[in-house]
Amino acid sequence: MAQTEPVAAMPPPQPSYLQRVVKPLFGTPLNAVISLICLWLFWIIVKAVWGWLVTRAVTEGGAAVCRASSGACLPFLVTKARFMIFGVYPYDEHWRPGLSMALFFAAIGVSMMPRFWGRWLLALWAMVITASMILIAGGVFGLRAVPTTMWSGLPLSFILTAVGLALGFPLGVVLALARASKLPAIRIIAVVFIEVIRGVPLISILFMASVMLPLFMPTGVTVDKLLRAQIAIIIFAGAYIAEAVRGGLQAIPRGQHEAAGALGLHYWQSMRLIVLPQALKIVIPPLVNISIGFFQDTTLVTIIGLLDFLSTIRTAMLDPEWIGAAVLEGYVFAATVYLVFSYGMGAYSRYLERRLRTGHH
Amino acid sequence: MRLFYDLRVRAVFYQVLAVAGVVATGWYLASNVSQKLAEQNIVTGFAFLGREAGFVISQSFIDYKPTDTFARALLTGVLNTIWVSSLAVTFATLIGVVIGIARLSSNPMLRSLAFFYVEVLRNVPLLLYLFLWYGLIITMLPPVREAIELVPHVFVSNSGLTIPAMMWSPAHTNVLVAFAAGVVLAMLVRRRMIAQRVVTGQARRVWPWVLMSLFAPVLIAVLFFQPEIVIEYPEKGRFRLTGGAHLKPEFTALLLGLTLSASAGIAETVRSGILSVQKGQWDAAKSLGFNRGMSLKLVVLPQALRVIIPPLTSSYLSLFKNSSLATAIGYPDLVLVTNTTMNQTGQAIEGIAIMMMVYLGLSIMISMLMNWYNARVALKER
Repeated sequence: MAQTEPVAAMPPPQPSYLQRVVKPLFGTPLNAVISLICLWLFWIIVKAVWGWLVTRAVTEGGAAVCRASSGACLPFLVTKARFMIFGVYPYDEHWRPGLSMALFFAAIGVSMMPRFWGRWLLALWAMVITASMILIAGGVFGLRAVPTTMWSGLPLSFILTAVGLALGFPLGVVLALARASKLPAIRIIAVVFIEVIRGVPLISILFMASVMLPLFMPTGVTVDKLLRAQIAIIIFAGAYIAEAVRGGLQAIPRGQHEAAGALGLHYWQSMRLIVLPQALKIVIPPLVNISIGFFQDTTLVTIIGLLDFLSTIRTAMLDPEWIGAAVLEGYVFAATVYLVFSYGMGAYSRYLERRLRTGHH
Repeated sequence: MRLFYDLRVRAVFYQVLAVAGVVATGWYLASNVSQKLAEQNIVTGFAFLGREAGFVISQSFIDYKPTDTFARALLTGVLNTIWVSSLAVTFATLIGVVIGIARLSSNPMLRSLAFFYVEVLRNVPLLLYLFLWYGLIITMLPPVREAIELVPHVFVSNSGLTIPAMMWSPAHTNVLVAFAAGVVLAMLVRRRMIAQRVVTGQARRVWPWVLMSLFAPVLIAVLFFQPEIVIEYPEKGRFRLTGGAHLKPEFTALLLGLTLSASAGIAETVRSGILSVQKGQWDAAKSLGFNRGMSLKLVVLPQALRVIIPPLTSSYLSLFKNSSLATAIGYPDLVLVTNTTMNQTGQAIEGIAIMMMVYLGLSIMISMLMNWYNARVALKER
């Protein structure tokens, strides 16, 4: 007797709870030992954090109470929150940097959605940066002018990063094209520039900008301290972006260049219409990683005396009234802010990498 | 006008234009600088290097006193930078490899703990961590009088870490040299024996000979020079700790910060390197009769290293450059010493030029070394 009806496909075996959870953790003696050690570590970390942040935390009172306690000093965070975020920016005008940060967040949100990718995004960013500058600097539309020495806190960190990347990007693309050029003189200039900048620490470039830029200017021209740091960051970003873009340019097959030439396009046309759109798409994930790095690197301007986010945090902690009361709190707050932004952007970059990976895997 | 449509003419034209642009900018800036310097009566040149420095460097790798020259002060800074970077590179690599492997463990708990470690360290600026570690050391730890004994003979206090130290003598240096000679000898013996195996086809055990050539010079040196092993333990006195090696809080915080942050990056590199070797490679090695250790050594690791080395190079380079953040917490590295020198002499251009040249030179050296190693492990095609 032959089977004529097809046999119904059996469902794939579902791993049991035991197989899914217990086996990887306690399947072998070694794994069991590792799991126990990990559990113990988890326990220590959770206990320490919980004790500091919840059980022993000071929720009310002033500096004296905090000095006596070994827990987190929440009143410090509450009292100093606005100073830590906005720094020495005039108190009544905090809504201006606040609004500009909201604009930044909105622009970042829009840029993160691939369906909005296009040329107009560049225009959007140009607009957001200009609007933030007007908001923070003031002096027009009835806004009170605020000198750059008072720009501080988280908005300053955002401005330094955003302007640095926005202007570093075109610089980087030009440098990458120059480095890939067939003309030896242009290539050598680009290689020397990129390698020198990448071979020295950002601090040394910041020092150079803050000490030597005034010497470079003709007599009578002074360069604002913030502008000096910003120029250093743009140059630094340019060199790193150039290397990322070079990777993208190298991934474009020769045939694309040749096809563009066969269509009668000259160099700039073929770059603008054929090569760069493909190359830049490949390098979006590394560029996001570079952006995260730069957001963290802007903390270095503390060393040349600008009041960025890390610097306002430190200033708040060194306030004579609170000194000794909050040793950790400020740093933990700052670290949380940086962690949330950087981790978020990193997760986004990994998502993009998966999304853009077409074909090969 | 016809001439301008010739591609070769154009190429020359553009290059001349670019070079002329660079030269003109450089000329313009240089003329501004010389005018400013003339106005401020600053004499340029490196003559100041021979003058007496006159400032104190709190911790130095070589002997330095304030009566020494600026040149020696700068050298002290360079050596401090190299010293802390090389220690941090070593520790960061060790921790990074362990965490990178832990990230791929089959045990979900270990995996998530390693993930947590990497993300917390990677996503917070190094400078913040340096301030945090430094702040923790000097405020949270007790003063020297009440130093905590972590493990026997290791003390921590708000003036740093005190550990037992071995008294160093010339005999020890000789033994160290003998050890270096042993390493070279062992490498030569190994290469020679493997070459012989290829020629004769006879398999002889290599490792006993290699081990012998590695340790024989050390043994002979120890017998000949008879180095005395005297370990000096720190003693807790009434007001301070005496004896032992003392690591200042700045150094401890910097070493800790650099090591931890770099180890997170290295862990990610190691992880992606191991992941890049496909599972089929393990299976293929197994089907050739290799055991797990041999497959790892002969099949998987050579392929993983190819992926790991280039990003590892950039991790090392950025660790080296990040050591410049030392200046923020007051460890006298190159940047801090240069900064002091510039403030004392007013020779800003020379100071920054020296600083950049040293960093650039050392960066190029590190990348050349790593490129040489990379060329050895790289895929060799026909």
